[in-house]
Amino acid sequence: MSDKKIELSENIVIPEKIKSERKIRPGRILLYAFLILLAIIAFFPFYIMIINASHTSLDIGTKLNLLPGDQFINNIVRAQQGQNVIRGFKNSLIIAVTTTIIGGYIGALTAYGFSKYRFPGNKILFWIVVGSMMFPAQLGLIGYYQVCNKLGLINTYWALILPNAAMANLVFFVKMYMDASIPDAIIESAKIDGCGEFHIFNRIVLPMSIPSISAMCILNFIAVWNNLIQASVVLTQSEMFTVPIIIQNVRGFYRNDLGAVYGVIALSIIPIMIVFAVGSKYIIGGMVAGAVKE
Amino acid sequence: MNSNAAVETNQGEVKEKRKRKRSSTISRRKYYGLLFILPFFILLCTFIVYPIVYSIFLSFHKWDGSILPPQYVGLDNYVALFRDKFFYKSIFNTWFMWLVCFIPQLILALGLAAILSDADIKGKGFFRWIYFLPVLVTMASVANLVFFIMDWKTGILNQILMSLGVIEEQIQWLQKIPVARLTVSLTLCWIWFGYTMVIFMAGIKAIPTEYYEAAVVDGANKWQLFRYITLPCLKPSITYNIVTSIIGGLTMYDVPAVISASGAPQSSTLTMVMYLYNLGFRNYNMGYAATIAMGLFVMVMFFVAIAYSMIMKNTEQE
Repeated sequence: MSDKKIELSENIVIPEKIKSERKIRPGRILLYAFLILLAIIAFFPFYIMIINASHTSLDIGTKLNLLPGDQFINNIVRAQQGQNVIRGFKNSLIIAVTTTIIGGYIGALTAYGFSKYRFPGNKILFWIVVGSMMFPAQLGLIGYYQVCNKLGLINTYWALILPNAAMANLVFFVKMYMDASIPDAIIESAKIDGCGEFHIFNRIVLPMSIPSISAMCILNFIAVWNNLIQASVVLTQSEMFTVPIIIQNVRGFYRNDLGAVYGVIALSIIPIMIVFAVGSKYIIGGMVAGAVKE
Repeated sequence: MNSNAAVETNQGEVKEKRKRKRSSTISRRKYYGLLFILPFFILLCTFIVYPIVYSIFLSFHKWDGSILPPQYVGLDNYVALFRDKFFYKSIFNTWFMWLVCFIPQLILALGLAAILSDADIKGKGFFRWIYFLPVLVTMASVANLVFFIMDWKTGILNQILMSLGVIEEQIQWLQKIPVARLTVSLTLCWIWFGYTMVIFMAGIKAIPTEYYEAAVVDGANKWQLFRYITLPCLKPSITYNIVTSIIGGLTMYDVPAVISASGAPQSSTLTMVMYLYNLGFRNYNMGYAATIAMGLFVMVMFFVAIAYSMIMKNTEQE
């Protein structure tokens, strides 16, 4: 369903199509050359990283490698001996998954509250949500450390889960989605059938909003996975380190062992690439669905 | 967890109440609406609002982050801030690196958005995917990679230049101030151009096709279509992008901090947030770090206010 919609909407922006059938060729070729060159520039660093990750430290340090080698596993094994990288992945994964689930649920609940209920101060409170959406969290860094300290959250997963579970962008977009695509009539009829308020949300509203929720959850998952500055403030024990902290300190951990360095960096990118490969459809689908319903 | 239990018990209460006297639907709904937004606002207040308030409080105090209570020092921190040449330097560095990053990024994104919105291009999806990829990857990884490309001893740049015979011996690129700044800027440009492009593509999609059709009938060429239709129609989108990019740019941290934690050479890549972090969490001068945050706060809030009013205008129109 949504795939067809994407195709359709992409074909809309083609007023030039009629004309460009007879367009001169050399310009086209130049255009493609430019696009391909940019694609190479965009991908080259990833390529170098993956290639270098499969070579010995000596090879990386002395010559330019353009073809894959066979040292990847060795590099990772050495990296693991120097610093517990696998533990770092586990930490990052636990934090990112828990944050996304809790934040997605709380955010959807909040969006539902704003979308379908009228209560005193609902406008002002929604303005606060929009304001916090643009507000950079780095400004409160010192106070954030202090809050975590007082609550005893330093060196725990919760120090990163709780603040990031308040996803203002999710509330904003899911509310828009609910406004447009969940008719009040459905909620009313469920109520007549005797459903409790909470039940209506869990059984009807939540499943119906999944496209928009999952799109925003993927974006937030990536943001939490990549979060460096908050993590480096509240995580000080090396067994609690997340992937970005390990990456930041990778030069200190492995000194001259470039194989290990590249191995760890390459490894850190893989989950993001998987999430993007799986989720890019969801993201676009959610956006298109929201736009089509208008 | 707690809130779930609370909701359930409340549900029971409400049902009981309804049996006794039929409370009106409206008041019942009010009650649940507030209940549903409560968990979110508890988190927001605890981890976003309170930290800001506490930073304001701390900016008037001297504190080393230990168990000893903060010591009130009045406006001392602010007086010091206005005389702090590192603070001014970090402001200059941040704005400079943002500007050098943003101008090429804007031009590139606009051009690419216009090109890729043209249906004649084959492999649009592929190009969009590959340009978008850098945005998603951990900035710390990208920054480290750039460091190793620019590194003088084992860096790929020196390897390429030497094998081409352009340079005789390895050059310490990251020790040169203009190169170090340019490295940060271009890395950020490389990270963000695909994202900006996708935003502009969405903007172009929203332009009514009739505009283009009418112009084509009148004999406009592609450049004229771009100059007189696409660009004016994208203006709100571009403005919004500039404002949000400034907010992101002012809080720049990951890339420069990973390339050099101290902002080497000679603090030329030290950004405001790096300065804040280094003073607060390396030197344990929390009070003064909070004062730096306030300086940043004043600057950022101006742009947040602009972005905010743009969003509100947009939502009210709908």
